[in-house]
Amino acid sequence: MSKRSTATKRPLTYQEVWGRIGIYAFLGVLALFFLLPLYVMLVTSFKSMDEIRLGLIFSLPQQFSIDAWIKAWTSACTGLECTGLQVGFGNSVKILVPSVIFSILLGAINGYALSFWKVKGANVLFACLLLGSFVPYQVFIYPLVRFYAQTGIYGSLPAIVITHIIFGMPVMTLLFRNYYSGLPVELFKAARIDGAGFWKIFISIILPMSVPIAIVAVIMQVTAIWNDFLLGLVFAGRENLPMTVQLNNIVNTTTGERAYNVNMAATVLTSLVPLTVYLVSGRWFVRGIASGAVKG
Amino acid sequence: MGAELTRHVKRNLVAYIALLPMAVVVIFAYLGTMAWSVRLSFSSSKLLPKNDFVGLTQYFTLFDTPRWLTSLGNLVIIAFFFLLICFALGCLLAIFIDQNVRGESLFRTVFLYPYAMSFVVAGLVWQWVLNPDLGIQHTMHGLGFTGFVLDWVVNPKMVLYAVIVATVWHGSGLVMALILAGLRGVDTEIWRATRIDGIPTWRVYLSIVLPMLRPMIITSLVLLSISIVKMYDVVVAMTNGGPGTASEVPAKFIMDNLFERANIGLATAASTVMLVTVLLVMAPVIYSQYFRKSGRAS
Repeated sequence: MSKRSTATKRPLTYQEVWGRIGIYAFLGVLALFFLLPLYVMLVTSFKSMDEIRLGLIFSLPQQFSIDAWIKAWTSACTGLECTGLQVGFGNSVKILVPSVIFSILLGAINGYALSFWKVKGANVLFACLLLGSFVPYQVFIYPLVRFYAQTGIYGSLPAIVITHIIFGMPVMTLLFRNYYSGLPVELFKAARIDGAGFWKIFISIILPMSVPIAIVAVIMQVTAIWNDFLLGLVFAGRENLPMTVQLNNIVNTTTGERAYNVNMAATVLTSLVPLTVYLVSGRWFVRGIASGAVKG
Repeated sequence: MGAELTRHVKRNLVAYIALLPMAVVVIFAYLGTMAWSVRLSFSSSKLLPKNDFVGLTQYFTLFDTPRWLTSLGNLVIIAFFFLLICFALGCLLAIFIDQNVRGESLFRTVFLYPYAMSFVVAGLVWQWVLNPDLGIQHTMHGLGFTGFVLDWVVNPKMVLYAVIVATVWHGSGLVMALILAGLRGVDTEIWRATRIDGIPTWRVYLSIVLPMLRPMIITSLVLLSISIVKMYDVVVAMTNGGPGTASEVPAKFIMDNLFERANIGLATAASTVMLVTVLLVMAPVIYSQYFRKSGRAS
């Protein structure tokens, strides 16, 4: 206990020992509950269907096989096509890269303009944006579909990228605005007196100071966009369906016997990108959650 | 005054231009679409939008549709248990981890990783674990406990609780992370003082520490509430609304009516009901959270 560490070192009392055991038991049992699904997916994905049919889901594989993984990646069927998850992976990457770059760039510009420049009505716009981020997507979807259809981009890569930029804007703007509000105004004022303009200050002073918050923004957007299902389903079009949509198609549209090993391998594959981001980013991930109190 | 305004705009012209994309997004993509959705809810639109005006007809139909009423009821039950369990579990995890335990970062990583995964994955995984012919029930039968029943995903009476298990698994790490961050900011003097006074630890947490964490608590409740209202992916992946309509939720009702049942009027009426509810609940929260303390106003 951080509270106890200040006390002098002494042997724990009987009661305290039981307290410690209780703490570890509680955390241990819950850790098992949280890890259970991941464990089930991993062990099942390495089994053959025969073994799954006969054995128990929690047992370790008798014969270790990566066939299910290969099948999930290259030949699992989503409806009529049997090209595996690799197509969805490629689509997700194609959607992810421009969406992340543009949403972060726009968020940074918005945040910068909002916190350093005097623009009349900007705070009202920002308030509307924040409020909009709480509204369920279902309110916006149909009009957006009509709009994209009118402009001829419905069901294409630009449509889904623009959609991600739109729905990522509230949290990205908030993130950068809050971060910039904490920077010293004197820097900005000095640059103004030196005659630097909007973009000059942004590029040579503000951007170099934005690295920490940009990392948080990348983590947040990569996980959010990779994990998106609804927007990809509606806007991306048949050719660009992201990995999450393809995963659901693989798992939930199978006819005949369900290939649990392939399905679970596919699920782990779909989670790999956000899981890697999470494990690598550590505390930055938590920082993203805490600073993005509004999440779209 | 007019000249002064012109001078102000001129001096900050580039900033106005830089904020144009945001203005366009807010005005068209947020406010415009919202207004059009509300407008359509007063029309008789079916497959295509119509410009007629039928008053509240769609709303009367909506609240006469059993499937919508089921969805609403389900959402209330899910919201209640999800918020309660997620919050309580998250707080307990944070408090236990805060007891200077060994392997703290390992525990933190384990409790938060589901939050990094997609709702589709959460739905699928728990569909398998709770599947009576495959998961826990099957295993217990295999071990000889043939009377053991855990059929939540296929039992219309229990399927909502299966959804709640999946969402709690997904979301309680978020509460833990936020509360833990808050606990680390609590002044250690408080612990010294309360120990001298002989106040029991649980009492200190409940009456002193948790009230101090109000911002974290509000943030986590807001984030959890948003995920409830938007709940769609997890249900589609886990049960697709079934068995029957036992696990339908409003977001799914709207999507089905928009894209499968070609009933745009009804769908937009339903989305307007959600919109109004969310705005009524969220407006005061947003106001108090973001605008009272807004940093640099000038």
